Amino acid sequence: MKRLVIKNGRVIDPATRRDEIADVAIEEGRIATVGKDLETIGAEIFDATGLVVAPGFIDMHVHFREPGFEHAETIETGSRAAAAGGFTSVCPMPNTIPVNDNAAVTRYIIERAKHFALTNVFPVGAITKNSEGVELAAIGSMKEAGAVAISDDGRPVMNARVMRRAMETARAFDLPVIDHCEDLNLSAGGDMHEGSVSTRLGLRGIPSCSEDVMVARNILLAEFTKTKFHVAHVSSRRSVELIAEAKRRGLPVTCEATPHHIALCDDDMPPYDSDFKMKPPLRSRTDVAGVVDGIVSGLVDAIATDHAPHPGSEKMQEFEKCPFGVIGLETALGIALQVLYHSGKVPLARMVELFTAAPARILGLDRGTLAPGSPGDVTIFDTEHRWTYDVNRSNSKSKNSPFHGRTFRGGPTATIVNGVFVWRRE
Amino acid sequence: MMPGLLGIEALSREEIEAILTRAKDFQPLQNHAFKRLDTLKGRMIVNLFFEASTRTRTSFEIAAKRLGADAISISAAGSSVSKGESLVDTLNTLAAMRPNAIVMRHSASGAPHFLSRYLPIPIINAGDGTHEHPTQALLDARTILDYRQSLEDLRVAIIGDIAHSRVARSNIFLLSKFKAEIVLCGPPPLLPPELVEMAPGVRLTPNIREAIRAVDVIMMLRVQLERQHEACFPASEYFQFYGLRLEHLELAKPNAIVMHPGPINRGREIASEVADSQSSVILNQVENGVAVRMAVLERILG
Repeated sequence: MKRLVIKNGRVIDPATRRDEIADVAIEEGRIATVGKDLETIGAEIFDATGLVVAPGFIDMHVHFREPGFEHAETIETGSRAAAAGGFTSVCPMPNTIPVNDNAAVTRYIIERAKHFALTNVFPVGAITKNSEGVELAAIGSMKEAGAVAISDDGRPVMNARVMRRAMETARAFDLPVIDHCEDLNLSAGGDMHEGSVSTRLGLRGIPSCSEDVMVARNILLAEFTKTKFHVAHVSSRRSVELIAEAKRRGLPVTCEATPHHIALCDDDMPPYDSDFKMKPPLRSRTDVAGVVDGIVSGLVDAIATDHAPHPGSEKMQEFEKCPFGVIGLETALGIALQVLYHSGKVPLARMVELFTAAPARILGLDRGTLAPGSPGDVTIFDTEHRWTYDVNRSNSKSKNSPFHGRTFRGGPTATIVNGVFVWRRE
Repeated sequence: MMPGLLGIEALSREEIEAILTRAKDFQPLQNHAFKRLDTLKGRMIVNLFFEASTRTRTSFEIAAKRLGADAISISAAGSSVSKGESLVDTLNTLAAMRPNAIVMRHSASGAPHFLSRYLPIPIINAGDGTHEHPTQALLDARTILDYRQSLEDLRVAIIGDIAHSRVARSNIFLLSKFKAEIVLCGPPPLLPPELVEMAPGVRLTPNIREAIRAVDVIMMLRVQLERQHEACFPASEYFQFYGLRLEHLELAKPNAIVMHPGPINRGREIASEVADSQSSVILNQVENGVAVRMAVLERILG
């Protein structure tokens, strides 16, 4: 029997409210026991003294570009970046070619992941056929094939009637609906957050209200249809307030924030640097504070990276021509530690929850915990080690990161998926 | 020596003053029979215009030639850009032919800033999208100084589509460095409130009469239909509410001047009678374009 014992770490498992120095034993790919002085005879031992031992991190929002854009990323390279960032599970969004709008594509992604991914891969299916916002995708069969949520990420469903039908259908199959909330008419032509920076730089703006009106619309539809609705990458203060109101009223509404939206504002962008161009855009300082406050108060449920690789050829153009999106798997934990933990805003256990129990709960995954019997996914990290991110050494195929050259305090040490080390810091 | 000229925002007041003073030296040359100097003899300047332009391009070309430099003008139509080459590759190709500077106009805001990170030669911005048009602001300042002692404490109204105007932005940056009072006026959708944060001394009004009251300078902007992706104001009533007419001039200071970066749309943003009036200095602006661009080229390449 294969046994791994992680010794003497600070074991933080928000789902079981554990935060103590202990050992974690994994047998046959599953968590066996958590406790003091566990038996190590015949076991592989990992000394985690001074390190945090947490449930495997789950990133519920990534783009792995396969199938269709393998020059930007593949399931293999994306999962390497995930593992190097401490993630054991990832949810690739459906905007591939072909779009993941039917069971065949869902199965293809899962099959490729079985052979090539270092991490668990739980695909998100499309809401509508080809994410065109017109006809519903094959939602039920994607669920049966392994999809854990539906979303037309990046191509938000503009037609409220279609969204209503999608929510009703998702409810029948117990799938959360994830929406990239953006009113495409309000945001049309925009390249960055509409505010004093866009005005100064002469760039067309994406107003925060383009996000807020869709968050509001979707909350109303979720209430009407009694469906679980999740706001992807919330970036505006006003949207956080709308979500707060929905939660106060007991609606099944959740949301995620990205590391870049809590670490950077529009004014942090070096002029016309496309590595800072994404959707939703980096917003004002007030919005950033609003999202961070949302995390502190518990309104923001999860952290997700929206890891969006684009090759250099696409990002090395006039700003307005560059595609939206930045990579983020390898820097997510470093950012969270800096912005949330070292700043004193959030206790470590709560920070861990944002990466583990929360996304597992939203997606209904039997992961994100170290409870005995759970899959042996473990993220080991430290909170003090200083390191500098060099995007040119990234495991991702693409190098579009706004955090190149940034020095972090703390980051991943080792990543264990189903009981097996898939990554260790050099 | 400046590394290039990407915008007014990063220029110091001293640099601006030096250019304006030098431009004054070049003004009389316009009237000489023999207009060619040899300050930049043997230098080569490439004018690369990805957007249509008559006055700016011609003016840069004349400025280069008067300084004795060789000037080559390339327009995007018919160049490799229309064959799908990326902007960086196009510029790298031209840079490999070792010109001493590239003057460029591009429809994308920040295009010259983006290129300057990759190119080892000076880039002079001849207008980037809706961002800056630095030599226009310099020639506007030169023109104002031909009629006023100083730029200090002037009151200037800029009227029109401010949101999409690179001329407005460069002028705001420049005038603000001299502590001028700047009143921006236009239809509200073209007058974002964040404009007041661009520089000190800026205020906004949607009312043309209020904007013009007691000003020294009225700068009219062209209605930039090609830069608007939607109808921000009913075209049928633009002239009624934002067109400059003779009756407005009475509200300004008695000897106020009227400026326009051109090309003008008579009857759309400016009445013919105003454009041809004693107050209009529109052709002086064009004339100063050559002198100012000579000063800029000399400063960068001399």
